[in-house]
Amino acid sequence: MGFRHLALAAGIALGALWTGQAAMAQGTLRIGMTASDIPLTTGQTDNGGEGQRFLGFTAYDALVNWDLSKADKPSDLVPGLATSWSVDPNDKTKWTFKLREGVTFHDGGPFTADAVVWNFDKLLVKESPQFDPRQSAQGRSRIPAVAKYRAVDPLTLEIITNVPDATLPYQLAWIMMSSPSQWEKVGKSWDAFAKTPAGTGPWKIVNFVPRERVEMVPNKDYWDKARVPKLDRLVLVPLPEANARVAALRSGQVDWIEAPPPDAVPSLKQAGFNLVTNSYPHNWTWHLSRVEGSPWNDIRIRKAANLAIDRQGLKELLGGLMIPAEGFFPPGHQWFGNPTFKVTYDLPAAKKLMAEAGYGPDKPLKTKILISASGSGQMQPLPMNEFLQQQLAEIGLQVEFEVVEWNTLINIWRAGAKHESARGGTGMNYSYFIQDPFTGFIRHLQCNLAPPAGTNWGYYCDPAMDKLFDEVRNTFDKDAQTKVLQKVHEKYVDDALFLMVTHDVNPRAMTKKVQGFVQAQNWFQDFSPITMAP
Amino acid sequence: MLIYAVKRLVYMLPVAVGVSIVCFLLVHIAPGDPLTAVLPSDASAELQAQMRAVYGFDRPLPVQYGLWAWRVLHGDFGASIATGRPVATELANAVVNSLILAAVATCIGFFFGTLFGVVAGYFRGSLIDRLCSTLSVLGVSVPHYWLGMVLVIVFSVELGWLPATGGGPGGSAGRSFDWAYLQYLLLPAITMSVIPMGIVARTLRALVGDILNQEFINALGAKGLEHRGIFRHVVKNAAPTAFAVMGLQLGYLLGGSILIETVFAWPGTGFLLNAAIFQRDLPLLQGTILVLALFFVGVNLVVDIVQTSVDPRMQRA
Repeated sequence: MGFRHLALAAGIALGALWTGQAAMAQGTLRIGMTASDIPLTTGQTDNGGEGQRFLGFTAYDALVNWDLSKADKPSDLVPGLATSWSVDPNDKTKWTFKLREGVTFHDGGPFTADAVVWNFDKLLVKESPQFDPRQSAQGRSRIPAVAKYRAVDPLTLEIITNVPDATLPYQLAWIMMSSPSQWEKVGKSWDAFAKTPAGTGPWKIVNFVPRERVEMVPNKDYWDKARVPKLDRLVLVPLPEANARVAALRSGQVDWIEAPPPDAVPSLKQAGFNLVTNSYPHNWTWHLSRVEGSPWNDIRIRKAANLAIDRQGLKELLGGLMIPAEGFFPPGHQWFGNPTFKVTYDLPAAKKLMAEAGYGPDKPLKTKILISASGSGQMQPLPMNEFLQQQLAEIGLQVEFEVVEWNTLINIWRAGAKHESARGGTGMNYSYFIQDPFTGFIRHLQCNLAPPAGTNWGYYCDPAMDKLFDEVRNTFDKDAQTKVLQKVHEKYVDDALFLMVTHDVNPRAMTKKVQGFVQAQNWFQDFSPITMAP
Repeated sequence: MLIYAVKRLVYMLPVAVGVSIVCFLLVHIAPGDPLTAVLPSDASAELQAQMRAVYGFDRPLPVQYGLWAWRVLHGDFGASIATGRPVATELANAVVNSLILAAVATCIGFFFGTLFGVVAGYFRGSLIDRLCSTLSVLGVSVPHYWLGMVLVIVFSVELGWLPATGGGPGGSAGRSFDWAYLQYLLLPAITMSVIPMGIVARTLRALVGDILNQEFINALGAKGLEHRGIFRHVVKNAAPTAFAVMGLQLGYLLGGSILIETVFAWPGTGFLLNAAIFQRDLPLLQGTILVLALFFVGVNLVVDIVQTSVDPRMQRA
């Protein structure tokens, strides 16, 4: 009898809980992120692409923003806090940025050219009172071109670059503008600012519980009326464990999760959740060493390896969650161009090239590749690399793997292929953010960016490629620059400079209530048009 | 008794120093760069060197240890590299959350462990013994992260009764002890309680069996004491061991809950440790390990003292 009473009471309590959950506000979107902590809230955020996606372009703006309104083509730059920019025709290092009038920070402070100077100083000038080592660590390396800057008048900013560099707008799209007046108000402390941040973005941060959640509400006074958020509230929760994310979504604790694990996708679809994917500038590749003695110095071997991979088979392995590579950039990208070398699956051609190079299944070429067991953007590195290993063995390329932990791999990548930490590896499985000319092309292959100066891991050096890179920097007309970037990509593909394997599709799973989301072909996303169906 | 406690407290000092050296060295010997968390992956070598100097990682290890130990002695654990927040604040929040979880799990584990163990031992060989023993073997054998996921699937995903993750409806901040918060505690606490329950039950079953075979039990029976009276004597004799086992388990629960706290995104020390490991956040890692280790030492001390007060024979040891 006692037990029955207890069970009844428990039932009533649980029933109350269930209805309580069902009655949550309709306009609240709760997102489970993959980060293990809330990314930095002060402006220049950490946690890579995810940090910038959720705490960069939500609460803040850059001078130049990304157009995140379209899903059908790769996004391009659009005016942000700067309405227009131009370079001096006589001095190609001198840029003028016209700033948007009437913009205020969330705390009410005005956005002016002085505020931009203050923000650059925050990152670049150690002696300035607002210098923040943590934001500087994130932001400084994003704007290598910036040498000097000054406020010409309240709405005009001048930037002088080290050398002529037409990629400056892409660099500036990284730099978030925090509010100088709010920083003054909270006692000139970035720790205090982190709790009550203020930017100019479409969302205001109103509640911040370290490591647990951050809540945002719409900035009704946002300067771009088309991007004033429709939701009442946006809640971000860090859920680093993939199964915990799935459980949180399925139990109704969040409405949206980033990166559901591929093996959970069928059951999520079956349970009525939407799986949203799209192409975006991500690349999963083998970065090849061009150090003396590396077999990859032979173009025949590079091409043979590229032709030996059945990318459709790999796609099946991943449950369809990938875009087979046809080049270094995803197919359809504005910089793709018209490479003559077709990246396809052609075993006879691959075997023929290997034979020309003096190798075959009975006289195999042996080499070592560095891979990780998991890691941000690395998709499913172990089964994927084993798949490649089997396929390459068919053309007489015997690959041995050295599996290292992800952060160790990053350090080996920074140290370069010549460094002892590379352990004789002639290639490295790495995934790349390839959203702008520098991260997409220049940093991987420019001669003077070999370690320790940069991350040209394989010590590739080709004067013809460097000349193209110079041309990119010196072509200030957007369309003409795109043409040069296409030429760069054509050289990437035609010389088979990487093992071009696949691009991720940035999967996210959400309930059917989430409506109006447009997944831009970008690492960043716009949450403004989203509504929650009742 | 007091002298005994003071003696034990003094013995703790070299242990604490040893623990601090080991945990400092462990995190520095482990591969990986502590600046991974604060620098974009393609930061130049020059920027890396600068940041290394800012955080003092360019100094010799003994100097780094000395400075760190000196600050810790003054209650300053430094600031987290990844978040810039003071380690002490982060730790304080996490320890409170873990303590709550561990305390609830301990209560559940101790209650059911004792119940199953004593009942099984007292009715050895009976059906009830087999049932209790099966449950306790299951408790010891089932991997708790697996059990956690199964409980989530059943109670959160399928039935929708309890939340799957998190420390409360608005995070652990503003915690209150009403159902809105307690429901978040249930699944992780039950998952966590299973191992101590199994261990306590198995230990007590054997112990109760042994006690029942001793001559004084016969003597008590011969004196005319009934079942209830004898049972009381058995429990009293088994209690010190039960406390010792449970004390050790409490230590494990506080430190060894990385898997459970990660599965349930419970904002405790295990969750913090997990984040610190993946971000190579050395100050946070050192601070957390040190506090957990000292906690373990402290719990052992308390258990020793409690045990001694229950059974004065222990003082001689």
